[in-house]
Amino acid sequence: MSTGGVGTAFGEALSLILAFDHQVLDIALLSLRVSGLAVAIGLLIGLPAGACLAVGRFRGKQTLAVIANGFMGLPSVVVGVVVYLLLSRSGPLGDFGLLYTPSAMVIAQIVLVVPLMAAISRQVVEDAWRQYAEEFNAMRFTWSQSVRTLLHDCRYSLFVAVLAGLGRAMSEVGAVMIVGGNIDRSTRVMTTSIALETSKGDLPLAIALGLVLIAMILLLNGLAFVVRNWAMRRYS
Amino acid sequence: MANGILKRLVAAAALSLVALGAAAADSITLASTTSTEQSGLFGHILPIFQKKTGIEVKVVALGTGQALDVGRRGDADALLVHDRAKEDAFVAEGYGAYRKNVMYNDFVIVGPTEDPADIKTAKDAGDAFKKIADGGKAFVSRGDRSGTHSAEQRFWKAVDVNPVGQTWYKEAGAGMGPTLNMAAGMGAYTLTDRGTWANFKNRQGLAILYSGDPKLFNPYGAILVNPERHPHVKKALAETFINWITSDEGAAAIASYKLGGEQLFFPMK
Repeated sequence: MSTGGVGTAFGEALSLILAFDHQVLDIALLSLRVSGLAVAIGLLIGLPAGACLAVGRFRGKQTLAVIANGFMGLPSVVVGVVVYLLLSRSGPLGDFGLLYTPSAMVIAQIVLVVPLMAAISRQVVEDAWRQYAEEFNAMRFTWSQSVRTLLHDCRYSLFVAVLAGLGRAMSEVGAVMIVGGNIDRSTRVMTTSIALETSKGDLPLAIALGLVLIAMILLLNGLAFVVRNWAMRRYS
Repeated sequence: MANGILKRLVAAAALSLVALGAAAADSITLASTTSTEQSGLFGHILPIFQKKTGIEVKVVALGTGQALDVGRRGDADALLVHDRAKEDAFVAEGYGAYRKNVMYNDFVIVGPTEDPADIKTAKDAGDAFKKIADGGKAFVSRGDRSGTHSAEQRFWKAVDVNPVGQTWYKEAGAGMGPTLNMAAGMGAYTLTDRGTWANFKNRQGLAILYSGDPKLFNPYGAILVNPERHPHVKKALAETFINWITSDEGAAAIASYKLGGEQLFFPMK
């Protein structure tokens, strides 16, 4: 492909967006729904888990923190294969028939984003904890009270954990390809479409879709930025 | 405030998970090959089938070896694949209930237009493979246990060449499309089905250099995953599809798929 290909791709991306190509729109919406849901569920697990790691005093805490940090870069294709084997009809959760459905993709992405969000949450909360530890001890806060108070106090800083999770979920292809199957109008998301168009050798269209995906992620980040600023002004 | 948001989040998450899980009433999962999907055939014939029967066919496109594995685990209701020997074994081992002929197309050897191994003048397909090996010219193999990979291995065997480990022989371990992308980038030869090639856009300097030997015949079969082994298989719906695709109507739909005026698949009816 020559440099002209990239130019064509930009043109094609623009026309895809401007034309509201309904197929691309459906695919983009599914990407948003799957990754949005994975992040929503993931943050309910990851943020408290990270805070507990920061505040708690128990054996193996350091080890768990290292594991969470290490798993920020969990290979998505490995997660895909493991979730595939769990959800396969011949696997332990096969009776639910979830393989090759969007739910399977959500599950795989939850596994991907939880360690990432837990690791960031642990770091953010630990920094705050160092500041407040004496105060909380003086107030005889229980362990769970500390976790809740810290999570609440750090909520604006924890936005970055949510955004990191969203970025990771929306941009990964390894896991959703395996557990979703890239089925047309069913489990085809932005990243698997890009992989498919690349396979077909339609590189300009692949890049065009990639630009649409990047634009979506940027837009979401912009939106999050605005909401965060608005909330900060309103509530603090 | 935080609690309110949390509750709403949990509720919304639960609701959307339910909404995502809701599947169409009548649908089957078909494990098939990248060649049928990427050539655009399914995009053409499946809407015709759905219009007639209301059954949605969800296609997972893999290599034939992988598709058979998916069937073995019971993760598909039916298969449409192209590796006769492995298909027959699949049915014989009890993983498939039966196999039916559907259609065929042919393999072609593509390579750089300069044709450094001079396979244009080959006597037959085996000779073309031999010339590539003798000249030590770059060849990209699928290397993924797909139907195309099996066919390629049969040709090497027939001319007594063991290419694995040779410097000119590159195993991509990838689908047909990525393999063609590699061959295009390296100026190498590769074996491809005509359908994927016809729909492939990043050809760069590649062209069809050898085709036409009857040995390059590439038949596709439909298999019902054995409901006795996997009771959740949607037998009635899957059989409706298999019967349709092997009927006169299905044959007409297959034959009517053309790309650039060229018919890509020929029904075996």
